[in-house]
Amino acid sequence: MQDSGNALSTALALIAGADPDLWRIVALSLLVSLSAVVLATLIALPIGAALALFAFPGRGALVTLFNGLMGLPPVVVGLVVYLLLSRAGPLGDWGLLFTPAAMVIAQTVLIVPIIAALARQTIEDAWREYAEQMRSLGATPGRSIPTLIWDTRFSLATAVLAGLGRASAEVGAVMIVGGNIDGLTRVMTTAIALETSKGNLPLALGLGIVLIVLIVLINALAHGVKAVAEARHG
Amino acid sequence: MSAMHARPSPLPLRLDGVSFAAGGVSILERVTLSLGAGPRTVILGPNGAGKSVLLRVCHGLLRPTQGKIAWAHEVRGGPRPDAMVFQRPVMLRRSVRANVEYGLKLQGLARGERRRIALARLEAVGLAHLADRPARRLSGGEQQRVALARAWALEPAILFLDEPTASLDPAATRMVEAIVLAMHGAGTKIVMTTHDLGQARRLADEIVFVHRGRIVEHAPAAKFFAGPSAPEAAAFIRGELPV
Repeated sequence: MQDSGNALSTALALIAGADPDLWRIVALSLLVSLSAVVLATLIALPIGAALALFAFPGRGALVTLFNGLMGLPPVVVGLVVYLLLSRAGPLGDWGLLFTPAAMVIAQTVLIVPIIAALARQTIEDAWREYAEQMRSLGATPGRSIPTLIWDTRFSLATAVLAGLGRASAEVGAVMIVGGNIDGLTRVMTTAIALETSKGNLPLALGLGIVLIVLIVLINALAHGVKAVAEARHG
Repeated sequence: MSAMHARPSPLPLRLDGVSFAAGGVSILERVTLSLGAGPRTVILGPNGAGKSVLLRVCHGLLRPTQGKIAWAHEVRGGPRPDAMVFQRPVMLRRSVRANVEYGLKLQGLARGERRRIALARLEAVGLAHLADRPARRLSGGEQQRVALARAWALEPAILFLDEPTASLDPAATRMVEAIVLAMHGAGTKIVMTTHDLGQARRLADEIVFVHRGRIVEHAPAAKFFAGPSAPEAAAFIRGELPV
């Protein structure tokens, strides 16, 4: 108890003192996860919309697949991306292994299914309401996709947030493809794992507190924006 | 108006032996009907008679399982000549004006032109002052008038209306009916379903009476209300429950 009490006060001191090591790690974490979320959103929304609007052979299987992939184990994603990016792998020439870019790729792969599956559900529900009206106005299903994405933007924000939560919380994938290199690819989750195993509980705890506060803040902000926008637009 | 008069009218729309069935249940049976330019046609009948399905088949939202449907003068290319207003309008989550502009945007009209037409149509339905409001914040009656403005903006040769006032109060109903009359006055063929006899009397030039998926009477409104020849129609007018 004494130990953890000390660790907590030291952790708070680190945060309050704006420890440069700590903030560098926090900044990189945010950069990696936000980049992954932007990329994943650009990929996943069209996929989700296509699954919602188009009937084609194998659609049911794809929907099931994406739903299942929502629970992808991060270490497996890390392993697959590692194999792709390793020097002998198909994308080895890019030289991305153990860089932040590799971590962005791994997190993107991890959360594309989450955003796509949630977006599909949202857009499919909207399509049920909109389909006849859109056809009547002369919109093809393909042309309806951007309209539906725009019209469900408040609900889709929740899907994107789920992706961000997953990306910023996972440790397995970035550990494998990033390598947790100090000052280069060390992010909050990998640092917490490392510092805990080294017994440096204050830094681990300080990072843990920052991580949780950040996730809560981002969600609170997004939900606040969503609530205001919804109240305005109906 | 210019756009409409520049296009030759595709009417009449002809249905020849059209049947529609869903899940093994027959909803329309061998419907033959010609919808020509001019009179306001009211499709009358009890709930469940197949009026909405008939309208959707006419508008191309449902494909007949049998029979043919065709414009007398097929329009090649260009925007579709028909528009529809639904019982519950679907408002896009954007401003009232953007809702009215949407169909025009799909047709590739330039922004300035879209805006000009949208504002003119909103003026015509008495909603110009709400142009910048989020459409979903409007009342049901106002939303239905936006839907009418949106359809009107497309300058359709024929407008289908599916029980457009079924969920509106009398004041909103009166406004919707006035807009329908105005559109008709501006040259748009009106085809509207209702199960409301009073509304049919107010709006119809001719009545198409539908009973159990069949057209049992097609007559000028005055003649129909003076004494329909089909017993089902007579019973409906007397206010008897359909058997």
